Amino acid sequence: MDRWIARLLFLAACSSTAVLAAIAIFIFKEGVPIMARSGLGNFLFGTTWAPLAGQFGILPFIVGSLLVTAGALALGVPLGVACAFYLAEFAPRQWVSVLKPAIELLAGIPSVVYGFMGVMWLAPLIRRHLGGPGLSILAASCVLAIMILPTIVGVSVDSIQAISRRYKEGALALGATDWQTLWRVQWPAARSGILAGVILGMGRAVGETMAVIMVSGNATQIPNSILDSARTLTANIAIEMGYAVGEHRQALFATGVVLFFFIMILNAIALRVARRRF
Amino acid sequence: MKTRSKGTMPVCTSLAVLGLLLGSGCSRSTGRSVTLAGSTAFQPFAEKLAERYMATHAGARVNVQGGGSAVGIQSALSGAAEIGMADLLQLPDEAKALSATIVARDGIAIVVHPKNPVVALSAEQARAVFSGKTANWKVLGGPDAAIRVISREEGSGTRRSFDKLVLAGEALAAGSLFQNSNGTVREAVASDAAAVGYVSVGLVNKRVKALKYNGVDPTNADVANGTYPLARPIFFLTRGALAPHVQEFVDYVLSPEAQGILEHEGLIRAK
Repeated sequence: MDRWIARLLFLAACSSTAVLAAIAIFIFKEGVPIMARSGLGNFLFGTTWAPLAGQFGILPFIVGSLLVTAGALALGVPLGVACAFYLAEFAPRQWVSVLKPAIELLAGIPSVVYGFMGVMWLAPLIRRHLGGPGLSILAASCVLAIMILPTIVGVSVDSIQAISRRYKEGALALGATDWQTLWRVQWPAARSGILAGVILGMGRAVGETMAVIMVSGNATQIPNSILDSARTLTANIAIEMGYAVGEHRQALFATGVVLFFFIMILNAIALRVARRRF
Repeated sequence: MKTRSKGTMPVCTSLAVLGLLLGSGCSRSTGRSVTLAGSTAFQPFAEKLAERYMATHAGARVNVQGGGSAVGIQSALSGAAEIGMADLLQLPDEAKALSATIVARDGIAIVVHPKNPVVALSAEQARAVFSGKTANWKVLGGPDAAIRVISREEGSGTRRSFDKLVLAGEALAAGSLFQNSNGTVREAVASDAAAVGYVSVGLVNKRVKALKYNGVDPTNADVANGTYPLARPIFFLTRGALAPHVQEFVDYVLSPEAQGILEHEGLIRAK
């Protein structure tokens, strides 16, 4: 009996890996031939995306993904980490009981709702006050920054609370102020956990599609500023999927292959960082 | 946090797999059911006709799926759908093996923000605007503001028709923004005073202003009598001899009653 249950659990554990393997095999099978045919260099570093004319350069989308994600982190990480330190160290208990569920609730809002807010409210605001088309990298970064907050705050609060109380008590006993304790003692101790949270959030930002399609404008050229429109890798697949046949379709799978490596690199970094102790 | 996400993953995966299985089960055509797939521009109209058809023909089942004109051609070729829908000016070579029936026609209107003072574009002006050669509204008698071109994505039926009719071989402006449906193009234009885009005539409403093209207003009457040139046919694509129940549905769509519905909804009769 015990052995059967163990086998059943083993099967369950394998199923998710099998799904991953199936996905990987499928997108590689569909995507790699077109990368080989147009040349890996031309594919990764080409700047012209004209699939019906046989030009498949996805550099603008790689740049788009990097900029949108970097922007989201630049806005979201300071906010999220500050919020986590407040919740873990300074907030009165009744505030924590309101703030923490409220932040967790952010994770439950469907991305299309964020996108809708971005289109209706944020993009016109940016267009009016900062110029450009409004549907831009900045708009996408702002929306993503809010979307990744729950991940960053949640993981950061856990890792700050996991620090031994003795560190803090020792620092305070030595005459350090609250700020000195936070900056010199608690931040270094919680840093690896917080970094893991940031990288989880980064994974979410890279993968987000719906909200980004709605607010980034989806232009196919390399952006010159954060007020320009850009298209991310995920958005490229989702937008053109419905109409793509033949080589065009393969090129979208190849975009998926690039995205696959993107995410794998991020996950590898995340595992490294989470394992490291300071 | 970590344990929770690990716990929900297999559940999500199995739900997704279940969804796929159910989805493929539904789309498989059995018995008297007819499956249509393709053009997202025609999809809402096809759904309306399917509803009416099923209400008046007991036992008939009509499934309407989107996916885009390319999917319409593919699924008609592969047999995944009895009828493929495509809204293309010219059918591509791979559709040679299919028989095509024009079921309606649809005009394409060039639209701007209602506050934009520009009211008309000649064919040359339109080509210059969409190819990026004219980059400021001032040139066309509008305000001193950069023109923001909003287009459909590469491969879309509306886009292909527009490319052929208006751009005529020139490339779209490099900095164009893209929206992936007629409706979102309209919303993007409605919210941006410097934008210009193109949508189905049936989708023009008072949130945007349709421009005259070569001096002709994009009205259905003018598309129907041929004076407004920006229009494309909507095809039903089928392969080989039709089963009686499929033929019956195609006949229904071409009947005066169904054509009247299409006209009422903003399309143009096939004949």
